[in-house]
Amino acid sequence: MSVRRYHCQLRQSATERRADTHPLTWRLREDRAMVGLDEYLDKGGYAAAREVLGKQSPDDVIATMKEANVRGRGGAGFSAGMKWSLTMKGPGIPRGYLVCNADEMEPGTFKDRLLLEQQPHLLIEGMIIGGYANHSRFGYIFLRGEYIEAARALSRALEEARAAGWLGNDIAGSGYDFDIALHTGAGRYICGEETALISSLQGHRANPRTKPPFPGQSGAWGKPTVVNNVETLCNAPAVMRHGAEWYQGLSGSLSEDGGTKLYGVSGKVNKPGLWELPIGTPGSELLELAGGMRDNRALKTWLPGGGSTGFLLPEHLDEALDFDTIGQLGSRMGTGLLTVINEDQRVLSLVRNLEQFFARESCGWCTPCRDGLPWTVKLLQSLERGEGEQGDLDMLDKLGSDLGPGKTFCAHAPGAAMPLQSALKYFRDEFERGIAHPPHPVQANPIPAGEA
Amino acid sequence: MNETAQHIASDGEGFTLVDEDRRAIAHERDHYEQPQAACIEALKIVQRRHGWVPDAAIPAIAEVLGVGPASVEGVATFYSLIFRQPVGRHVILVCDSSSCFLNDYDELLEALSARLGIGLGQTTEDGRFTLLPVCCLGACDRGPALMVDDDTYGPVAPDDLADLLEGYA
Repeated sequence: MSVRRYHCQLRQSATERRADTHPLTWRLREDRAMVGLDEYLDKGGYAAAREVLGKQSPDDVIATMKEANVRGRGGAGFSAGMKWSLTMKGPGIPRGYLVCNADEMEPGTFKDRLLLEQQPHLLIEGMIIGGYANHSRFGYIFLRGEYIEAARALSRALEEARAAGWLGNDIAGSGYDFDIALHTGAGRYICGEETALISSLQGHRANPRTKPPFPGQSGAWGKPTVVNNVETLCNAPAVMRHGAEWYQGLSGSLSEDGGTKLYGVSGKVNKPGLWELPIGTPGSELLELAGGMRDNRALKTWLPGGGSTGFLLPEHLDEALDFDTIGQLGSRMGTGLLTVINEDQRVLSLVRNLEQFFARESCGWCTPCRDGLPWTVKLLQSLERGEGEQGDLDMLDKLGSDLGPGKTFCAHAPGAAMPLQSALKYFRDEFERGIAHPPHPVQANPIPAGEA
Repeated sequence: MNETAQHIASDGEGFTLVDEDRRAIAHERDHYEQPQAACIEALKIVQRRHGWVPDAAIPAIAEVLGVGPASVEGVATFYSLIFRQPVGRHVILVCDSSSCFLNDYDELLEALSARLGIGLGQTTEDGRFTLLPVCCLGACDRGPALMVDDDTYGPVAPDDLADLLEGYA
């Protein structure tokens, strides 16, 4: 068959990846097959878990994670060590859950898939470390239903790990009991939101709920629950093995944040793909790795990390891709996978596509989101057809602010507002061109009787 | 789809939860603190056998889980990959998110619709294919992407469709 099955791929060859510089990907195979247990062990796998469980207290682990400044790779950028330190634990408090958020559905994001399909043992090891640090009784991997290949890889890896004693009772003779179950979803982007994910895990509709209480205080079944992204958890083994200082050093002078990041580029570029690079690498370097723009079309604008991040301009390409720098530009780093738009493509149409996505994927719980997003889509569609009316742009501005932070239970609506507001800021002329020519001015003078 | 499923599709009655599925649901139930948590997996188990989840399956699942039928119905109507009406033998999920959109999704969808003679949300008359939209498939470096049943493809050009669909009888 001429059509290729999709098989995810890192754009860096084995010779470019080293244990001390590419903690997330150096073990990946050239043939892109899953790294099985034996190979993982040969390449130093589970050494970090053995060391942590044998020699360190949960508080030691948390202190190291904090010092390393591993910031949440699911898009929010919250310090993982800080999150772990806020989990309720101690005498009289029931042991809860560690949940891996593997519900990757952010438009333009294809990074966790690589780790899940090709290196599931790294995630399992990260979860053992996270579970230990948080006194978790049990772990869940919440995987989106469409990731069939990842489900196969994870099921196999979980069995291998259990058979070898890395999951179950008394892991590696440490006295710590921990096991993990794979939970696959049935669609709906909103499941990736932390509290909605917990609702869905409990077998309910994926409606988010208000915080506080935070999941670390009261999460799944009312127990302390920690939710971390796949890539975040995959950072834990190397941090524990080599220390916080080493991890911080990976990003050198590029960023205050520590470590590496799985960055990617998609859109009309010559070589779309994924790379593991020091966090803080600028977008211009990524675009160069991606072979530049396809067909020599100029770059018009770009999204730094998914559909819920704000548009940036070519002049922002030299800025460090890290949480604080991109935040200061009025956008968010999000997942760190760039979506590029060329000079021939309409930002208005892309925004309409994004808002349609957010409208469809709204769970409907909060009014601004449930009603505001379909309204936004209608206005954008009429502008796209050139049938917009005077006042439509003002209404879009108003909707953008009504969808903004603080008006809904979760970040779905604020996420939808970000591309809308930034597009209105940078590409307002495209929206204005969608307004139909105003009708002839109203005739002010009455037509004298008898002349009509 | 087997004969049982076609019978259910025609009148929505005559649903029985086969023993194997009943056991699989009970097994899932044990992974969680409360049985409601196995609800989504239970719906998927029924769907794997019948192709979709008929109304009559809802009380049957509720009974195995020991929860009210409304708790199951509410979940069954929320999730996009739980089908509440009969679908074709093969389900095509077309990614319509940003990266695919920027890589000629419109042309792909138009070609698919023309070839199958159906739009999104519809099933071909011969019951072979159902066409549905899906959230970003995480195949953005090879867009436009789509899934047929468990298989993900990308990039898919309109000219590829004849070959691609031939593999799904």
